[in-house]
Amino acid sequence: MNKDLKASAPTDSEIVLGILNNSEIVLKRLYVTYFPMILQLIINNNGNEDDAKDIYQEAIIVLYNKVKSGEFELSSKLKTYIYSVCRRLWLKRLSQMNRYGGDIRDFEEYLPVDDEVEKHNDRDIQFNKMEAALQLLGEPCKTIMEDFYIHNKSMQEICERFGYTNADNAKTQKYKCLQRLKKLFFQQK
Amino acid sequence: MSENLILELIDRYLNGDMTAAERAEFETLRKNDANVDSKVIEHKLFVGLIKQYGERIELEKRLDAIHNEIDVHSLKEELMIHPNWLVSMWRHHHSKISVAASIAIFAILSTLFFTGKLNNHDSSFVELKEEIVHAKNQTKRLDSKLDGFIKSSNTPVKPRITSPGNFRGTGFALSSNGYIATDYHIIRDADSVYVQNAAGESFHAKVIYTEPKYDIAILQINDPAFKDLGNVPYNFKKSLSDLGEDVYTFGYPSGEENFGPGSLTARNGHSGDTTEYQVSIPVNPGNSGGPLLDNKGNVIGIISGRQPDVAGAGFAKKSVYLLKAIQNIPSDSLSKDLTLSTKNTLAGLSRPQQVKKLKNYVFMVKAY
Repeated sequence: MNKDLKASAPTDSEIVLGILNNSEIVLKRLYVTYFPMILQLIINNNGNEDDAKDIYQEAIIVLYNKVKSGEFELSSKLKTYIYSVCRRLWLKRLSQMNRYGGDIRDFEEYLPVDDEVEKHNDRDIQFNKMEAALQLLGEPCKTIMEDFYIHNKSMQEICERFGYTNADNAKTQKYKCLQRLKKLFFQQK
Repeated sequence: MSENLILELIDRYLNGDMTAAERAEFETLRKNDANVDSKVIEHKLFVGLIKQYGERIELEKRLDAIHNEIDVHSLKEELMIHPNWLVSMWRHHHSKISVAASIAIFAILSTLFFTGKLNNHDSSFVELKEEIVHAKNQTKRLDSKLDGFIKSSNTPVKPRITSPGNFRGTGFALSSNGYIATDYHIIRDADSVYVQNAAGESFHAKVIYTEPKYDIAILQINDPAFKDLGNVPYNFKKSLSDLGEDVYTFGYPSGEENFGPGSLTARNGHSGDTTEYQVSIPVNPGNSGGPLLDNKGNVIGIISGRQPDVAGAGFAKKSVYLLKAIQNIPSDSLSKDLTLSTKNTLAGLSRPQQVKKLKNYVFMVKAY
């Protein structure tokens, strides 16, 4: 299985281009190619396969965002970058769980990626706040917000979906929802 | 303009829903009104966060979908580093192994404890003091008989009775004025000490010095009935004696005068103890503290013990240590001069004559 994977491993520039073009196929190949490496790292350092999944997906998200933001430069191998991010994330997780024994069994070379992991963490905190705020917002506000701002639906579509008699009512409703959402979001610590 | 309307405009502006004319108008408004401008920026940030959040959720879903296609289990089997069997056995069974080990250690320790191996007592060495337990009963019987006798005779005279003592050993004179050397283990814990000469006369003695390390004790006869012994016929050898030398001892094992001949068989004593000689004299309880003499009548040691599992092996503390002990006596413990004899009047005499002379200077030591 490993061999098959290696044979079909995409090149680094293929991956970067694929992410920029939102290619589902490239994302899948990327994911499948490097997951075994991270699984190996985690399960041999006090983790299980679920930990590996969490950590690996976080790293893929870090890479994805970095590529999307245009900051990514292929200064090192993608493989090394992913491994380093996972390693850093896992060390952090281990020490949070008080399971870190002071050394880690390494399988690859790695780079210092502390800054990126910090940045990622800050974003995560924001997203968690947003998630909590949306939960607290309740229906129908949550769906209106998601439909309008995330799924980019028009006010017309929203009107129809919620059965508002005219677009102005829907707009007023949207405005109220947004004000509440902001309030809930900024209230959180 | 109400907040509501402004936000509506901003949304449309950000979404690019405005016509060119509207857009130009809004941008002028934005330029002229700082309040509107900051609202645009703030709203843009917040909406951006919502959008990114949405993208994140979307990406996570995609990744989950991809992940579900991977056979994680078999990959895990393949990638797990399997430690060798010893380590994995320890990981899986360490609690059981620990318990078993503790039980084993406990069992060994308790066995050692109950068999007495843990006590420092060395069963292969016997000190040759003679313990007289049954003697106590005898004394009691004697006492009651005597009481009856005293009563019947109505005489208030109480003759002096010397019981055989709790422990018995041998000692020998160091000087004519009543200094006696013996083994420390004989007089250890004794309340009082008596010495008895070959003629059967008992004298009270006191312990003036002990050297437990070398099992040596120095007594002094402090009984008014004691008369000067006359010049001691032997002297004390300062050097080591040679293997094979004919040696003998004289003492009071079982309360009887006893001559024990043999030869010097080893320079080291029990368990390689360098302070002792080993001799082939069949020593017995009561021989302890007796002098070990060579052919020429030099005292070369003091009998100290024997090894019960080796027939005819006795041990004697080397005379050097006796001399050391004598030197170590604090001078204020000595009420009289302790002058060791330097003349040897035993040399040249035949063995029976030597013994005859010697026995006046060898005492039975009784400790109570």
